[in-house]
Amino acid sequence: MSFSRKSDSSREHIPVALAASGVIVAGLTVIPIVYLVLRGVEMGSAGIADVLTSDATRLVLRTLSLGFAVTVSSVTLGVGAAWLTSRTDLPRRKFWAVLLSLPLVVPSYLAGFVFIAALGPRGALQKWLEPFGVAELPSIYGFQGAWLVLTLITYPYVMVTVRAALMGLDPSLEEAAATLGDSGRARALRIVLPQLRPSIMAGALLVMLYVLHDFGAVSLMRYDTFTRAIYTSYQGSFDRGRAALLSLVLVTIALLVVSLGARSGRRTSYHRVHSGSRKAPYYECLGRWKIPAVLACTVIAVLSVALPLAVCSYWMVVALRAGALDVSSPFAAGWGSFLASGTGTALCLIAAFPLALLTARYRGIVPTLAGRAVFSSYALPGVVVALSLVFFGTRAAPWMYQTVGMLAFAYLLLFLPQAVGAIRASLVQVNPSIFEAALTLGRSRTAAIGTVVLPLARPGLVGGAALVFLTIMKELPATLILAPPGFSTLATRVWGATAAASFGAAAVPAVLLLLLSAVPLGAMMALESRGEAGRSSARRGIL
Amino acid sequence: MKRLLPIAIASILSACAGQTVPTTPEEKPQSLTVYSGRSEELVGPILEAFEKKSGIDLKIKYADTAELASTILEEKDGSPADLFLAQDAGALGALQKEGLFEKLPAPITSRVPAKFRSASDSWVGVTGRARVLVYNTQRQKASDMPRSVLELTQAQYKGKVGWAPTNGSFQSFVTALRKVKGESVARQWLEGMKANGTKSYEKNSAIVKAVGAGEIEIGLVNHYYLVEIKKEDPSIKAANHFFEGDVGGLVNVSGAGVLKSSKKTQAALKLLEYLISDEAQEKFANAEFEYPVVETVQASSELPALDTLSQPDVDLSDLDDLKGTLELLQEVGLL
Repeated sequence: MSFSRKSDSSREHIPVALAASGVIVAGLTVIPIVYLVLRGVEMGSAGIADVLTSDATRLVLRTLSLGFAVTVSSVTLGVGAAWLTSRTDLPRRKFWAVLLSLPLVVPSYLAGFVFIAALGPRGALQKWLEPFGVAELPSIYGFQGAWLVLTLITYPYVMVTVRAALMGLDPSLEEAAATLGDSGRARALRIVLPQLRPSIMAGALLVMLYVLHDFGAVSLMRYDTFTRAIYTSYQGSFDRGRAALLSLVLVTIALLVVSLGARSGRRTSYHRVHSGSRKAPYYECLGRWKIPAVLACTVIAVLSVALPLAVCSYWMVVALRAGALDVSSPFAAGWGSFLASGTGTALCLIAAFPLALLTARYRGIVPTLAGRAVFSSYALPGVVVALSLVFFGTRAAPWMYQTVGMLAFAYLLLFLPQAVGAIRASLVQVNPSIFEAALTLGRSRTAAIGTVVLPLARPGLVGGAALVFLTIMKELPATLILAPPGFSTLATRVWGATAAASFGAAAVPAVLLLLLSAVPLGAMMALESRGEAGRSSARRGIL
Repeated sequence: MKRLLPIAIASILSACAGQTVPTTPEEKPQSLTVYSGRSEELVGPILEAFEKKSGIDLKIKYADTAELASTILEEKDGSPADLFLAQDAGALGALQKEGLFEKLPAPITSRVPAKFRSASDSWVGVTGRARVLVYNTQRQKASDMPRSVLELTQAQYKGKVGWAPTNGSFQSFVTALRKVKGESVARQWLEGMKANGTKSYEKNSAIVKAVGAGEIEIGLVNHYYLVEIKKEDPSIKAANHFFEGDVGGLVNVSGAGVLKSSKKTQAALKLLEYLISDEAQEKFANAEFEYPVVETVQASSELPALDTLSQPDVDLSDLDDLKGTLELLQEVGLL
């Protein structure tokens, strides 16, 4: 591990194939922007000025304040959860790791309904407190409700990315610090935290941009943001021009946020430099903090996982009692979810790897621009990205329009940064000299990447795959618009049922969504532990 | 890596190509593509009945009405949809304005009264739904419900009422209010409601839930949401209040049209014909408690008769009227 400047690799020549694939992928992700400009221009200068002055200025502050608040709280929860579940002797670490990642698949509109039902002014909690004279709880609507819901479903983005980084850290620095007499806390703050900066930044960016494009939570909590205004434009007047202009402002904000984030994560390198293979991480002994740590995990899990499950189960029981529930229907939708998420994840990983390699290893205008471009669609509401593909799909690729392939491409545009971020965070931990050694020993570049870099980046690949897979599982607007007719996923079933006010019918696919999502998460944890089996117990708080 | 990338993409694409809808010749269509802005819970069983009866396979895309309308507007001539089933007249009007609907033949249009179909025969209503007040039966009595929606600005309702300003049916109601009572009354009422602490919700289902929980006591919604919730939760403490002859009880239509871009026009017309047949209308009336739009079928006996409700002479698919409503809602600060 060294904090040397990254000048060694920046002067290096970028392989043409790598640059080309990065540019192609980045180019694809700006397709929606082209559409938005086409639609926005139709508004004419007066219309443009009107939207920009009256709507945009009002929404900027509201949207950004929510974004920052959620990011700060998500980073706090996410880093804490990542550290506890990967670097301490927390009892049942793996169990907590899976459980605390689960909120990732709770769709935000479902979370919105659930929190209103449970914590609303006259929700379940108020009913329990009524005997104690509580007639009404403080309103959940507005900023506070949106903040709570979004924090509880986005902190896993930070947790998963940071966890991958923690697993890949070189423990020798910590060991050295420990030999020099540093306490556990000093090691955490001075050694571990600085090394986590790229992964924390990556997770924080994902959270911030998630908030920018979220519709479900902000609409149910009645907090006006850009996304809500964009939806309202389509809703009331089919005003695609106004929606396009607002979307362009949103993208601009997102790209500013991305450049700010990129600026702070630069300048250092994060890979180990000593010889030898990767060691098992260093485990902290929690001691008297064990009980508070377990309690903290329990509180988060209760709010973000148990509460949605409990409210859904309640809706189900009520509907079952009335004999109005058909529990067989969601299984086709379950298969649909797997097919869509699997295809989308595969496509995302294939596209993300060259980009992650490009931005992790090289400097210059090509890696920088390509790295930023992928974020442009990520901040857009799903409906906007979907409509841009409707526009281009029907005109340029009708043979592919409304196929699972097209849907997977929409997922690529929407979620690529999640995969790139996670893989990149792993790649920056790989010492470039290992790659160079492989080249010196006669491997071709492709072979060296395949046999040396890929295996070392496994935590990032697995983490990125899990993030994308689980996010696609709950994706709604693009799936509704671009999926083949007759194709349904668990998320679309949940949405359809809540729209018709059939909450019991919504609960069945919602619970199935949570249960099915535990499978890939469990698989991810199993893969992760293969490398560390047998080594974990040996190095607990020695030194 | 270099060689793997195109192969992987190609294999994914070919795996997905099997999902495309096969195009069949006009003579004997095996399948139709339907875009439905009405949810599967409500229309699924009726569309299934058509499939059984006709032998035509329906590929149905369920999504939000406004988003489907926007989708069709972007697809233009390339739309795979044969028939569009919409939640409200506004969305149908948007497609009509762009000339995307096939002109419907007389056997279809003559079955539906003029007030429930497009003036240019672009689409017909399929069901009617009344605007109602849903109220919490523990906190409000039926006798305390106002005779007119205009009375909701009174002090006794302060902070107790909820509405959904972004909802299409609500906006249709405001359009009708403007047309029937005049611009200034409509504006005054909206401002009065706002000053009276009326709470905004995202959609009708959320309002009915909030009324059931007692979070608010009265909500402005369409009548059938409570019916749906009651199927699952018969003990919910809520009831519908219908207005007699008041604009607050406006009857909106859900409707359908056949797209000009369709290559299976005949089969699509057959489906539309079925939707307004006695058989389907009875299903809508008795299973979903919606109002039939044809005169040969009676509404459910649990609902007040259609002719007691307000049906002002307003074309709810007129987008220019809708635009005026949206501007008014924006000026009052509700959008």
